[in-house]
This record gives sequence, C-alpha cells and structure tokens, in this order.
Amino acid sequence: MIELSDVKKSFGAKTVLNGVDLKVPRGTSMVIIGGSGTGKSVLLKCILGLVTPDAGQITVDGAPAATSGPGREAFLDRFGMLFQGGALFDSLPVWQNVAFRLQRGPRKLPKDEARARALDKLRRVGLDKSVADLFPAELSGGMQKRVGLARAIAAEPEIIFFDEPTTGLDPIMAGVINDLIREIVTEMGATAMTITHDMTSVRAIADRVAMLEGGVIRWTGPIAEMDRTPDPYVQQFIHGRAEGPIATVR
Amino acid sequence: MSLLSPLARLGRATLGALAATGRFAAFAASGVSHIVRPPFYPREFLSALMQIGWFSLPVVGMTALFTGAALALQIYAGGQRFSAESVVPSITAIGMVRELGPVLGGLMVAARVASSIAAEVGTMKVTEQIDALTTLSTNPLKFLVAPRLLAATLAVPVLVAVGDSIGIFGGYLVGTTRLGFSPMTYLANTRAYLEPFDIVSGLIKGAAFGFLIALCGTYFGMASGRGAQGVGRATKSAVVTASVLILAANYLLTEMFFSG
Repeated sequence: MIELSDVKKSFGAKTVLNGVDLKVPRGTSMVIIGGSGTGKSVLLKCILGLVTPDAGQITVDGAPAATSGPGREAFLDRFGMLFQGGALFDSLPVWQNVAFRLQRGPRKLPKDEARARALDKLRRVGLDKSVADLFPAELSGGMQKRVGLARAIAAEPEIIFFDEPTTGLDPIMAGVINDLIREIVTEMGATAMTITHDMTSVRAIADRVAMLEGGVIRWTGPIAEMDRTPDPYVQQFIHGRAEGPIATVR
Repeated sequence: MSLLSPLARLGRATLGALAATGRFAAFAASGVSHIVRPPFYPREFLSALMQIGWFSLPVVGMTALFTGAALALQIYAGGQRFSAESVVPSITAIGMVRELGPVLGGLMVAARVASSIAAEVGTMKVTEQIDALTTLSTNPLKFLVAPRLLAATLAVPVLVAVGDSIGIFGGYLVGTTRLGFSPMTYLANTRAYLEPFDIVSGLIKGAAFGFLIALCGTYFGMASGRGAQGVGRATKSAVVTASVLILAANYLLTEMFFSG
C-alpha cells in the first residue's frame, strides 16, 4: 500500500500540496483527477523522490519512501512510470529504450534476451518489431506513448505510475492506451496511480478516484460512486462546468 | 531604508554568487566521486570520447594550423626589429605548446562541446528524460555527468597534442615557404629549444580545460530552466563560464609552472 499523510510542497510562494492524505491499496488502480497546475504530477514525483516534500510522510508497504541513500535503487526497482511526453531517450533506439533497465544494474540480462523481452513488450503494446530499431524521433506521438508504456512495464514492476497517458492522442489511440493500461494492471496485479483530465480514461482505468484541489484531496472513493457523490468540486470537474467552486482563473 | 537598500542589494548579490559557487563546487565534487565509484557506464564513456575527442579534431586542427602560421609571421616581423629572425621556429613551437595550443584548442572545444553537452542535457531535463533515468534506477550523475567529465579530461590533452603538432607544422609551412627558412634548419631549431616540460605543461592544461568544459556543460544542462529559453540560457552560460574558467585556469597554471 502507498500511503501519504499530510504531504506539503511549495515552490517559492506558491503552495502546491497543502496536506495531502491518500491511501492506495495494493493491486488497486487509483486515478487522480484535478485541474491543470493543481499538483498532481508533483504528487507522483514526491512519491518517487524526484521532488522532496517540505513536510509529511510517504510510505510504501509501511516503509518510508527511500528518496536517497543505499536503499534508493531497490526502492525505484519496484516502480515503472509512463511520463506525459514519453520521456524516451533520443540517443537510443526504441528497443534499447524499452530494455533500458534490463541492460543495466541487478536485473541485467544478456543482450539477446533483453532485446527479446523488449520486442515482447512492444508487441504487448501493439507495436511490431519493425519499430524496434527506429529512434524515438521517427515515431508518432501515439507510438512514443506506447513505447513509454512498454518501457514502464518492461521489468514488470509492482507499482506503475501513468502521467496523463492519453494527452495529445486521438480518441481511438486514447482508447487503445486506456485498454492496454487496464489489461496490464489486471494481468500483472500491479498497483497503479494515473493522473488524467480525460474522464473517458478515468472510467476505463480506475478502481478508485481521488480529486486533488486546493492542495488537498477533496474527495476519494470507488469509481462507481464518482457520479453519485454530491461533492460540488467533483461534480463541476467531471461535468466540465465553468460555474462552481473551482476557480476558472488560476 | 533607501540609504541601506543598495547595500542590501549588494549583500543579496554576494550571497547569491557565493551560493552559486558552492553549488558548482559541490556538483564538481559529486561528479568526480561518481567517476571512481561503480557502476560504470563504458558505452556512455566511449560515446562521449568520440563526441568530444574525435569529432573536435577538425576544428582544433584548423585553429592550430592558422594560429601557428600567423604566429610565425608575427614573430618574424617582431624579430626583424632587433635582428632575431632566427628565433621564429623555437618561439613558434614554445608559444604553441605552452599557451596557444591548449588555450585556443580549449576555447574551440568549449564552444563546440560545452554548448552541445549543455543543450543535450538541458533538453533531457526539460523533456523529463532525466527524471525517467532516475525512475529506471539509474543515477543521472553516473550516467550523464561522470562519463563526460572523464572523457573530456582524457580527450582534450590528446586534442592539444595534435593541435600543437599541426600548429608547429603551420609555422613550418610559413617559415619555409614565405620567410626563407630551410626545412632542415627550421626543424632543427624547433627541436633544439623545445623542452619536454613545455609539452607536458600544455597537456596538463588541456586536461584541466577538458574537465572544466564538461563540468560547465553538464552543470548548466542539469540546472537548465524550462522550455527552449531555459535550454538556450543554459547553453550560453555553459560556453561563457567554460571560456572564462579556461582563461583563469590558464593564468593560474602558468603561474604554477613557470613563475619560478
């Protein structure tokens, strides 16, 4: 289980997280929704130690998140992450991006085996082996996203983070990515945290939903309860209304 | 209050400069410590060696060739004033290996390599590739910084040695075709007055300059701000800082080697 209690983070005078409390049970697909600039990505980066919180506690299976020190690599080995823009390494061909973790460190495999695993994961995300030797710049946005997804799952991590997995994709490709994420999480039994504004994604991916607004979690509950909750913040957000408690000028 | 505000601004600027120097020094120390601690990334090192060393050869070679040629002409013109034209081969060689080879070579490599490293690392920063490296259990300092620091520290002295040779050859070409030296006399004079420490001091300078070039490129790349403007600013800062540090380090090393 991932547990955040009273996590705070400010950048200069701007407070982004103002006491976030959230529990993500093991094997659950949690989707975090909220407006742009409300700190959703910062929240994921705090868990990974990419951003250091100013206050609060983050634990994974009861142990504090290892943001530095000798346990850091073992801690990060448990995670996979799909970045919003893919964050593929420009200098490496696609298959080496996917097999990055399998070619270095304690999980290092022989080159042929690493390549075979990468091709398998590429196939898993709907890409054939013809793309394996291309460079990321030669791929479309949707293909880059799928390569990023293949990289995130290549080492079969226990916990996977997806940062806006469908942003910038056409509706069909977004649907393909949503289905893939759902299948992967179900098949691998992984714990997933997804950030998205896309309500179709929320309904396709989530077991539970949390809404981040004003630096705190305003509402959290099972996906089935999201439409029924009377919470005005959730209702405004999921129906995309300009009128409501969420300020439209931020 | 208004009387004190200039002092307050000065204080803030001084503290800011000290903090920036401290961050730079801490980054350098951390980078060096990652050079000697595993895991090592030999493929990254070899790739950096090619980028910094091999691909800089043309620009360093051309710079050295024209500098050596111009230096021979200048020394001849100056030497004529007190009938010392015969010093052209030896002064050209000493000037190239002690000063102009390492400094101009270093500045050319700074322009080519510090900018390229800062732009590459800065782009990786703004496109979250550095965050991605971290999430893939790979320390960016080990993967991006340490191989480049080591490669530049080893490659630039080799570039300096090649540049020295080409620079001396430039002087030889001008000396023998334009200034009336016989080839044998020119080479004999070059050999007679050039001491091994002249060459070694230039190579040590090259190693120091190589380190500073890669350090500035990686530091400003890793500290890059957001967007194209942030990467542009990082690139500019890397080249300017590397160039100034090369000139400052050159003075300090020259004092250390030759002031006695």
